[in-house]
Amino acid sequence: MRVEALDRAGRSDRLHGRWMGLLAMLTLLVPLLLIGELLVDGLPALGADFLLSAPTDAGLGGGIGSVLVSTLWVLAVCLGVVLPLGLGCALFLVEHVRAGSRLERALQLTLDVLGGVPSIVFGLFGNRFFAVELGLGFSILSGGLTLACMVLPLFIRAAEQSLRQCPTGYRQAAAALALSRWGFARRILLPTAAPGIALGVVLASGRALAETAVLLFTAGYVTRWPGSWFDSGRTLAVHIYDLAMNVSGGSTNAAATALVLLVLAIGIQALAVALGRISRGVSA
Amino acid sequence: MSPASISFRRPSADRLLYRALAVSAGAVAAILALILVYLTAASASLLFADAGLWRLDWHPSLGAYGLLAMLVGSLTVSALALLFAVPPGLVLAIWGRFFAPPWLGGLYRGAMGLLASIPSVVYGFWGLVTLVPWLNRWAPPGASLLAAALVLALMILPILVLQADLALDEARRRHLPAAMALGASVSGTVRRVLLPTAAPELLPAVLLQLGRALGETMAVLMVAGNVVQLPATITSPIRTLTANIALEMAYASGAHQTALFASGWLLLVLVTLIMLGARAMAGRFGAGPAGEGRGDAR
Amino acid sequence: MKLVPRNLFFVVTLVAALFAAGCSRQSGEHLVLTGSSTIAPLATVLAERFEAAHPGVKVDVQAGGSARGVADVRQGLANIGMVSRALKADEGDLVADTIAQDGIAMIVHRDNPVAALTREQIIAIYTGKLRDWKAVGGTDAPITVVNKAEGRSTLELFLSHLKLEAPAIRADVVIGDNQQGIKTVAGNPQAIGYVSIGTAEYEAGRGTPVRLLPLDGVEPSTATVAAGRFPLSRPLNLVHRGELSGIARDFVAFARSPQVNDLVTGQYFVPPAVR
Repeated sequence: MRVEALDRAGRSDRLHGRWMGLLAMLTLLVPLLLIGELLVDGLPALGADFLLSAPTDAGLGGGIGSVLVSTLWVLAVCLGVVLPLGLGCALFLVEHVRAGSRLERALQLTLDVLGGVPSIVFGLFGNRFFAVELGLGFSILSGGLTLACMVLPLFIRAAEQSLRQCPTGYRQAAAALALSRWGFARRILLPTAAPGIALGVVLASGRALAETAVLLFTAGYVTRWPGSWFDSGRTLAVHIYDLAMNVSGGSTNAAATALVLLVLAIGIQALAVALGRISRGVSA
Repeated sequence: MSPASISFRRPSADRLLYRALAVSAGAVAAILALILVYLTAASASLLFADAGLWRLDWHPSLGAYGLLAMLVGSLTVSALALLFAVPPGLVLAIWGRFFAPPWLGGLYRGAMGLLASIPSVVYGFWGLVTLVPWLNRWAPPGASLLAAALVLALMILPILVLQADLALDEARRRHLPAAMALGASVSGTVRRVLLPTAAPELLPAVLLQLGRALGETMAVLMVAGNVVQLPATITSPIRTLTANIALEMAYASGAHQTALFASGWLLLVLVTLIMLGARAMAGRFGAGPAGEGRGDAR
Repeated sequence: MKLVPRNLFFVVTLVAALFAAGCSRQSGEHLVLTGSSTIAPLATVLAERFEAAHPGVKVDVQAGGSARGVADVRQGLANIGMVSRALKADEGDLVADTIAQDGIAMIVHRDNPVAALTREQIIAIYTGKLRDWKAVGGTDAPITVVNKAEGRSTLELFLSHLKLEAPAIRADVVIGDNQQGIKTVAGNPQAIGYVSIGTAEYEAGRGTPVRLLPLDGVEPSTATVAAGRFPLSRPLNLVHRGELSGIARDFVAFARSPQVNDLVTGQYFVPPAVR
């Protein structure tokens, strides 16, 4: 009788597993086609030269070297702000705000709303606030800071979720051992949550890399090699947008640039996953 | 017990930490406040006058700045996108975590992370070049509410899967061993135990994606048709508030520009209302027996 | 425990060093152009050649639309604005220098059998009185009317040419940039639209399934635009306020000189007839 029940459970699981697997593969179909098209269009243009030289002829000639560097600088500024600020806010939410309190609800709502602000509004705001009011102009700094505002809620959500996963028992044990909260956060909480935080970094940089409208208004359109944080620099997504929409015959280089962007995203993901593993391993 | 209710010893380092954390939380709130103030100031001259923002006709050259049709457009397209994306998103997360072989599940999550970073322009382009002509064959003009909702669903699916996966993973660690020991099937456990447990965690993830769908600009702009009208059918072209800003901001001045800022302001208010409503609803659900997922005080 | 402050110190030093390295603003002359995304690629190419000829000079081009070009020049955020239309009556405080001409062509799908449309037919199609290709000698299929978004200079030009008001138009698809128009028409055999003539000519030439329709009997091509015969054309302007001086004046003169004609045609625009 028991064996029979287990058998039935096993059978139904196999059945469910199958149709779900089918659905999973089907959902991958469209994105795979999309990437396939990018490969067909863009691969012939890719080469070391393409990666290392600056665009010429409005992007029809040359490569994307300077654009790639600007993108990394913008991303560095963005993550440099998001990581401390986002972790701080997530820790505050988890460690210092009582669940269900008015403060908690207010903060959660703030995050939800901030996450719902359309990116183009961030662009207009960033242009006004960072570029004009703070006098940063069209610059890598303006772009990175505006992006940071945009991806903060996404990162905080991921960090918060993984911080909450830390079992209550760990906390009680740490409190019983007379650990300070800082000590607990540093030695137990953050290492336990590291893989989730790494995922947050992946999500945040993915969104930042994919953004066009915001950067057009803040980091700008200039394709020169960036020489300082105050230089205007075009990012990969803006370059793709411009080639695809404004430059006749730009679609080959647009596809090639999109491929580079994808590879960059894979790289960031691999790095974040590895870092998450390492920090969890160290704590264990 | 909620994590915040466990009391630690409080040496001075902790007080410093508390201050630092409170400041970062405050900074996040300040960003939102700044954006609100900026948008309100930029659109004030139309918002607080009887400028007909609540009408259907949008003809900036004639001074008619009705935003109602685009408001409806934004709402329907986002709701439809969620309808298309949330059920498969959940199923895929469940499959990746419980049914797929671990290596395949991991690979699948990796692929999702990758898809999440494809720029929306690329999705929009695919929609414009492939999806719209295909839809055009049986429902001209192809560029429509449906096309926009499909492209949006495709865009928000990866992050949805990843966030649902995080929430489910936590529920799994708590409850799956016990359920399995009772001889329950994985599918039954997922349905009756894990999904209800993870529900309070899933909601913010869904809301975040709703926000993203409402705010998406480039992809929608390319496939929605952008005609200012109330959608008669699912295949009618529509314009969203964001597409409106992106299409016309570059060429607008004076009252026209103010009306576009008002589009942004309206969107922000809309998002706030939706989030408030959803939170209130979640609060009601959270009080039930299934609301244990996130700290027990909820 | 002791490791942490040291690590922290290291990180802070590193960040500070990076910032210090990044903070050195280079000296030299700096020129900022903002405005129309139609002109921006051309301006980028012009800037490239100008920088090569004037070492130490930097020309930054920022895209964002004609309205921004006008606003930025007025606020002093940009030295020169890029505006893809003639200046309006309320823009008398600005001075415009034309660096190129651009025409607007009607396009249909390549498989559309209709060879030409009269002015009345175009008006009937765009006002929704004519909903089927059969009525103008085509196949029995509904017409998909592709229109430009409000405020775009191509729309304004198109409307004033046909003597129509914006609310009279019954569009099925409203588009933004040229490429969106090309892709929409190329993907829809029943569509009709209008885009920048150089772009359409280039795309039709490299096999994209679109076809240009003659307008009022004039063949649509960059050649007829250059000859001044094509009825629908617009200037691409560099605008500024008051007298320009130094490097800005040099740049505008450079952009209008015959030595950059190859760059203008390279971006599928028409060099202005009178230099």
